[in-house]
Amino acid sequence: MAIAESRVETKVYMPQAPRPRLRLLEDERWLAFVLLLPTVVLLATFIAYPFLRGILLSVTDARVGVPGNFVGLANFYKILNDGIFRTSVYNTFLYTGVTTVFKLALGLWLAVLLNRNFRGKAFTRAFILLPFIIPTVLSTFAWKWMFDPTFSVLNWLLYHLGLITGRINWLGDPQLAMISIIIVNIWRGVPFFAISLLAGLQTISPELSEAAAIDGARPWQRFWYVTWPLLLPVTMVVVLFSVIQTFADFQIVYVMTGGGPANATHLFATYAYQIGIGTGLLSEGAAISLAMFPALFLVVIIQLLYIRRVEVR
Amino acid sequence: MIEGALWRKWVFFYAPMALFLLFLLFPFYWMVITSMRPDGELYRPWNSINYNPFWTWKPTLEHVRYLFEETLFASWLWNTTFIALASTAISLVCGVFAGYALSRLNFPFAGSLGTGIFITYLVPQTLLFIPLAEIVRNYRLGDTPWSLILTYPTFLIPFCTWLMMGYFKAVPKELEECARIDGASRWQAMLYIVIPVAIPGILSAGIFAFTLSWNEFIYALVFLSSPQQKTVPVGVTSELIRGDVFFWGPLMAGALLGSIPVAIVYSFFVEHYVAGLTGSVKG
Repeated sequence: MAIAESRVETKVYMPQAPRPRLRLLEDERWLAFVLLLPTVVLLATFIAYPFLRGILLSVTDARVGVPGNFVGLANFYKILNDGIFRTSVYNTFLYTGVTTVFKLALGLWLAVLLNRNFRGKAFTRAFILLPFIIPTVLSTFAWKWMFDPTFSVLNWLLYHLGLITGRINWLGDPQLAMISIIIVNIWRGVPFFAISLLAGLQTISPELSEAAAIDGARPWQRFWYVTWPLLLPVTMVVVLFSVIQTFADFQIVYVMTGGGPANATHLFATYAYQIGIGTGLLSEGAAISLAMFPALFLVVIIQLLYIRRVEVR
Repeated sequence: MIEGALWRKWVFFYAPMALFLLFLLFPFYWMVITSMRPDGELYRPWNSINYNPFWTWKPTLEHVRYLFEETLFASWLWNTTFIALASTAISLVCGVFAGYALSRLNFPFAGSLGTGIFITYLVPQTLLFIPLAEIVRNYRLGDTPWSLILTYPTFLIPFCTWLMMGYFKAVPKELEECARIDGASRWQAMLYIVIPVAIPGILSAGIFAFTLSWNEFIYALVFLSSPQQKTVPVGVTSELIRGDVFFWGPLMAGALLGSIPVAIVYSFFVEHYVAGLTGSVKG
């Protein structure tokens, strides 16, 4: 009623007359322009512009303090023939592939466990996210300390469980170092997968599963034929997001191995850092980090197409 | 809820759950216990006889004292707080405005601008840090907190915008129309009617932005050089390792103390955080 009354009054006594300066904002386009201006300026200055600068930089021979001359694709040619770069490409794909499979599998398992009713559920859910919240660099130091060859608590544990007889030099051996950083990445990523997939699970009505149970479906059949297809859209988004983050990862490797031993665990980002900032070869470093762009671009395109398809439905 | 016999509960629920918790939380326990352990106990090889890894009878605050007296840890904490709060504030203002415009106003290029902002969300910091370092230097922002306060929003705004769009879409159009009929101008309707309804969203976005900027590492590592300007992650990394020597006690104490602020923010707003996380996933 109140609304109806005021509607009448407005028409009679309160013709809209905002101050002239603000009248412009009544126009949707102007308002949109004003509201979007700060965002567009910031993103253009610190994302679009650096991206173009990066491309320009990668075709010169600039170093720190030296502007550099145009050299065409020489930097790209150089990194293609660089054994360490090739190793880091291989490592990046391996790292992303292996961790994503484990994060998805373990995250899904944990989500299913958390989807049950049990005492202390809220508490558990809150604690499980900790690896994802705590600054990655800081928590990675805890892992580095756990992997320390001389003081390793993991070695102690494995030894007392009877699984090993001598010491394992986790970060000193190229393959073990790779496995170590993969473990840390899985540790950090599982909570994100678990909580996101849990949210997906909770949107699925339990009645569907119950109906299938009445029809005689076994638990894994119920999961595979009822729950999983409904969970797929959320899973897609989570996986693609995680792939982008993992592909461009820096912190875990930087802290755990610094790319070592003997450059065996470099990823795109850590190698770009070592070349671009560490040795000051800006242009070559820019070329290395730009080299991850095609792969990232592909993932973004898949994600955009997928979201559009979901929205159209 | 769990069907079947007791042993099934143990095999299919309690045991895996316990293993998950152990795997996910053990590093934090290890951080805590290391930061309280005296050096004499700390540097004892794992295969020595009296190695008692999981407990200490002589807890000490020596490492914390070292952190505050021998390093600039207090400044790093302050720098990180200031940078995180400032970049969160900028990102929230931009994100709320942009989210409102993109979800509730009709204007040309709305769709492509939305897509553009979404794409910038997917650009990782490690793709741009080298040219950005140059740009930051050219703008004379190098080694100042502003280099981070202005660049962090590039990965915070897209997220905030995305999250806010979802919240704004849920506000019924009628609410705004009523206010307009009552004589409110467009921006008044936005400021006094639509934005207050979306406060839970703003809160989630804020917590996210704060934790993300507290955690950021590579920009801080590249843009800051003097010890007193550093953030916690960079300070701990660069100042508590000298060459090959790791000061493990202070390092773990620093890691622990540097984690506590985000843990507190997170624990107060855990429901908002989870809602934000899942909201962003569901799009």
